[in-house]
Amino acid sequence: MRSDRLDATFAALSDPTRRAILARLAKGDASVAELAEPFAMSQPAISKHLKVLERAGLVSRGRDAQRRPRRLEARPLAEVTEWLEHYRQFWEANYERLDSVLAEMQRLSGSREIPPRKEGRR
Amino acid sequence: MTKAGTLQVTTPSEREIRMTRTFDAPREVVYEALTNPSLVRRWLGALEGWTFEICEIDARIGGSYRYLWRHADGSELGMRGTYLDVVRPERIVSTEVFDQAWYEGHAVGTAVLTERDGRTTLTTTIRYDSKAIRDAVLRSPMESGVAQGYDRLEELLAAQAA
Repeated sequence: MRSDRLDATFAALSDPTRRAILARLAKGDASVAELAEPFAMSQPAISKHLKVLERAGLVSRGRDAQRRPRRLEARPLAEVTEWLEHYRQFWEANYERLDSVLAEMQRLSGSREIPPRKEGRR
Repeated sequence: MTKAGTLQVTTPSEREIRMTRTFDAPREVVYEALTNPSLVRRWLGALEGWTFEICEIDARIGGSYRYLWRHADGSELGMRGTYLDVVRPERIVSTEVFDQAWYEGHAVGTAVLTERDGRTTLTTTIRYDSKAIRDAVLRSPMESGVAQGYDRLEELLAAQAA
């Protein structure tokens, strides 16, 4: 159940227009007309993107019956973010070690062969 | 080209994860550090408590690689894969399969190296099966489900838009 929604969230985020809509909503609620304004797109086209975002639980509709403002729902995004954050931390640590290896390789430039360090080193 | 030292993680499609990182070295040097086992074992997965038991790399089309890490408590983490495309020092395409199958199916990773002004941007895109993503997510710490604020969101969107 939860993973299905995560798939839907990833799918919803795979489109640049939808990401831009979310970025706009992060600054505050907005009606469909207000959302359509910065894009060279018709309101029906924007509505279509909003439907995808609503299905993924990323956007909800406000109470105001006339404007029907759209609101950002942070929870599904937080789940995606958390998952990516875990991934990022692992690779950041790897790449920081790679930085040191690259710096050493360049100090020793001219020589391709760099002896491996002893096991157990961190 | 991203700033050196800043890692960007994005999801260009529902089945892909992309990492972009710039290194302060020409790409021939970076390529070497990615494909020479004696160098790879110094940086890849060198986590607290883990030792790199096996690090074998045959970076040629049709060649394979094998990584095995062992923890002080005896547990192991291993992965292997085959090189589908290798263009030194520009591109490495390989499959990845974990011994412990923490996700099902396989994944294909594409590493692209571009150089500018003596610095190299490494873009790694990993494409998973849809089910694989699901299984990976099920096993991730996300299960504990800590609610996060909007601050992280801005960061994510900035990374997504990049």
